[in-house]
Amino acid sequence: MTFADFIVTNAPALLVAIPLFAAFLCPVMGKISSTVRNLWVMGMMLVTAAVAFILAYRVFATGPVLYVFGAAAANLAVPLDSMGIPIRIIFTMDAMSAFMGIICAIVGTSVLLYSLSSESRNSSLEGYYTLFFLMITGVFGMVSTGDLFNFFVFLEILSLASAGMIAYRIDGGLAVEAALKYFVLSTLGAILVLFAIGIYYGQYDALNIAMIAQRMQFSLLDKIALVLLVAALAMKCGAVPLHFWTPDAYSMAPSSVTAFLVVASQASLYGLFRVVFTMYNITMNCVTVGWIIIILGVLSMVVGVTMAIPQKDVKRLMAYHAISQTGYMLLGIGVGLAVLGNAALSSAFGFMAMEGGIFHIFNHAMYKGLLFLTAGAIFYRIGTRDLNKMGGLGHNMKYTMIFFVIGALAIAGIPPFNGFASKLMIYESVYLFNPLLAIIAMVVSILTLASFVKVFHAIFMGPKLPEYADVKEAPLPMLVGMGILAAIVILFGLFPQPVVDMIVAPAAHALVDQGGYIASVLGGA
Amino acid sequence: MSRIVRTAADILYPTILIFGLYIVAHGHLTPGGGFQGGAVIATGGALVIVAYSYKEVTGWLKKHVLLGQEVIGLFGFIGVGLLALAFGQVFFFNYLAGSGSLFGMPVPYGINAGELNTAGVLPLMNFAVGIEVWGGLTIVILYMLSGLEKEGC
Amino acid sequence: MLWNLPFITVVVLTLIGLVTVLLKKNIIKILLGINILESAVNLFLIALGYREGGVAPIFTLAPSELMVLPTPQALVLTSIVIGVATSALILSFAMVLQKKYGTVDIDKIRRLHG
Repeated sequence: MTFADFIVTNAPALLVAIPLFAAFLCPVMGKISSTVRNLWVMGMMLVTAAVAFILAYRVFATGPVLYVFGAAAANLAVPLDSMGIPIRIIFTMDAMSAFMGIICAIVGTSVLLYSLSSESRNSSLEGYYTLFFLMITGVFGMVSTGDLFNFFVFLEILSLASAGMIAYRIDGGLAVEAALKYFVLSTLGAILVLFAIGIYYGQYDALNIAMIAQRMQFSLLDKIALVLLVAALAMKCGAVPLHFWTPDAYSMAPSSVTAFLVVASQASLYGLFRVVFTMYNITMNCVTVGWIIIILGVLSMVVGVTMAIPQKDVKRLMAYHAISQTGYMLLGIGVGLAVLGNAALSSAFGFMAMEGGIFHIFNHAMYKGLLFLTAGAIFYRIGTRDLNKMGGLGHNMKYTMIFFVIGALAIAGIPPFNGFASKLMIYESVYLFNPLLAIIAMVVSILTLASFVKVFHAIFMGPKLPEYADVKEAPLPMLVGMGILAAIVILFGLFPQPVVDMIVAPAAHALVDQGGYIASVLGGA
Repeated sequence: MSRIVRTAADILYPTILIFGLYIVAHGHLTPGGGFQGGAVIATGGALVIVAYSYKEVTGWLKKHVLLGQEVIGLFGFIGVGLLALAFGQVFFFNYLAGSGSLFGMPVPYGINAGELNTAGVLPLMNFAVGIEVWGGLTIVILYMLSGLEKEGC
Repeated sequence: MLWNLPFITVVVLTLIGLVTVLLKKNIIKILLGINILESAVNLFLIALGYREGGVAPIFTLAPSELMVLPTPQALVLTSIVIGVATSALILSFAMVLQKKYGTVDIDKIRRLHG
């Protein structure tokens, strides 16, 4: 077959094989020279992003794509002599997986461009790029896989690589303390996930998500497994009762890594949605579980923004805002889940709530990544993150200031930027569900704006300080990386409707449609 | 450490090495395989460090050789999988099983005494993972035991 | 009742592991608690695969054809490898913290707060 056919057929496997291959050869490239290594990592990241976009285009055009590892043909999920049981590990990419894949590709490319210059002053860069590609493998694997144990393996790859990268700049021990907190909590969460996988395996003798969904009866053991999975995955994405690792880890990691950790948290959010919507769907008590997710979301929103206001460290403040925005996503999807069993309400506002939540995932990755990258650019030039010591940088760092303004207006939900589009969808639909929740969401949005006005004033406004007299603008690769994200923030804010029709609505449909998922894997049973 | 301990470590280290490689090589027939065999070999490294001092051992087990082993092992593993793509099959397809070439003897049906020449791609992947784990875990042990400065402590 | 003994052991090990992780102050003891939890989960997975009268699922010179399930054994193997990597990483964090802070007591490693 031709080369194009080859890439298109094998794209799901290449999506994890190419970053792994790049990660394993980074030390060798580093030994040759640093320019060769920079070219290698940039080239491999662009190839991976291209494969992700080709695969996303194919999924949005023709429906779910299956890839079975080690089979005779790529989409032979059920081997011919296995009595109807899918026995191999498969990658099931439906529209929601492709959506998360696009997010990871865009943010990964911008972050890699950014880190070509922001990390150039540090040593042992081979370890940095190896771990970075392992993180990319972990995220792509988590969002593509259709097998529950494979999800656990990629979740662990992601946790290990992230813990290593958070502790990368040892920083007198502070970064290692943050990484230790993150990693111990992550490991406890992973052990809970493994318990839940054991419960599913013992009951249904299957590890394939579609197979478990087909055989699911909501017995007592399934309820226990649901609780374990929701607890562990909510911990991994920074929802409120278990959010204590987020400020430390996000503030102590290098800024490029922080922007990618946001994507990693959202991959865990994707895992939560996959479990709740595709495996359980309406066999469970939708209203109860939906309300639990709504309560987690509201707590996250409120706690996140109130703890953000008194912060002095700019990245810690942004990390608390990340917790708050995760609350918006949980709120939107929780409302969609609570009305899932009720067809009339679901088509009236439940589906729009889900679309709002899913669109917010995309927007959050873009503007939060942009904000963290600007904070990193400021730290690169002046060496401190303390708001009390900064001031008057607007005179020196004009482009960084523009990018910061774009990100801050987007996170507060101001009209021409993309935060407004997704927040409006969430407000409208949640208001029809329960007016109090929508009012809480709007108040949190106003507090977010207030917090970022304070930060903007503290960093960029005011007279030029004498100690920052010769601070220059951030280097060009960092500006290009931030520019990509800012362009998408503006573009998606000006034209949200085509984006919702082409990308978000298919993803929301694919998430809700359990029968379609099972049929695409098991072949129309 | 005393002369008895050092002599015993001298004799045991090649024995552990061969036992570990045996576990790696017979991974498709008996319990074992890449990771288990590699971990056994790495404990041989720990034995030598306990018997001798850290400075002498780093003269014998060099870190850059072990790092090279790790990269070769990883590259071999992914390479074997990607070769399946080059042959036009699915990623990680077992293109050597039953084909009559390198490890390709057809497996006899039912309970038997086990043929080493079977199972296709699996023994190659076992070797790749075994070499990689040997390199990786020995480097971890060397870094962690770098604080043992004098002998016999 | 005797046939539930592996699962009772799983519960006991989980409780011991959780108590250790939550109540102990030394990082190394917390790591050992995590290891005990991992052992509990591995035992749970293997005990799920038991079939009465089955032998080990190895075809080489097997005594009978009734075997226990091999899939959980593959899952546990992966989990053990992940446990090794986890322990190595937490131990290296403990080493760096000992060098920088001078202690491995988590009550004193608390410079990040607020």
